[in-house]
Amino acid sequence: MAEESVGCARPTGSVVGASSTRPGSAAPEQPKEVSVVQVRVGGKAPDFQAPAYHQGKFTSVKLSDQLGKWVLLCFYPGDFTFV
Amino acid sequence: MFSASVDSTFVHKMWDEQELSKMVTGGIPFPMISDAAGNLGRVYGVYDENAGVDIRGRFIIDPDGVVQAMEVMTPPVGRNLDETIRQVQAFQHVRKTKGAEVTPSGWHPGDPVLKPGPDLVGNVWKVWKPRK
Repeated sequence: MAEESVGCARPTGSVVGASSTRPGSAAPEQPKEVSVVQVRVGGKAPDFQAPAYHQGKFTSVKLSDQLGKWVLLCFYPGDFTFV
Repeated sequence: MFSASVDSTFVHKMWDEQELSKMVTGGIPFPMISDAAGNLGRVYGVYDENAGVDIRGRFIIDPDGVVQAMEVMTPPVGRNLDETIRQVQAFQHVRKTKGAEVTPSGWHPGDPVLKPGPDLVGNVWKVWKPRK
């Protein structure tokens, strides 16, 4: 995982292969795509690339870089929440 | 191991430094992903559009990139890490035996496993006793 440079923009993750509009770009207004849940047990985990904080550094992680290892992916509502 | 929330990586840094490192020596050892736009949560089915957050979703992904297990919970109840580890160990065992051995409910490493086949039909009770 290479260290990422830090700017004022707020980077976010995206699913690999999904079309994305860059924040701030004057992209023509499109009807918001209905998000399709692609996850089911026994199916491939959707690949993604996303910014991350890891041991003092800002990095980027890509799910498919972990092929060959078991991966635990945990979502949670927010930092500094209680549970 | 990855964790993910809609917080920025800057907030992850502060949370790790200010609070989590007081509970975990050396701070969080795995990357803390920022899903600021909810793109990951949406495709994994855990993004709450009304609240603008990723709810508690946990996915076990095997070395081929296949989702073997998922658990999704509303926010107020925390997870049980022991159960997650138990499931990973069970999936690892099944994978090691290429599916020849499967693990009954509540299985822990070292417990009897089941070998599916014609002889086992109707005879699980002989080889596996539930606890209590």
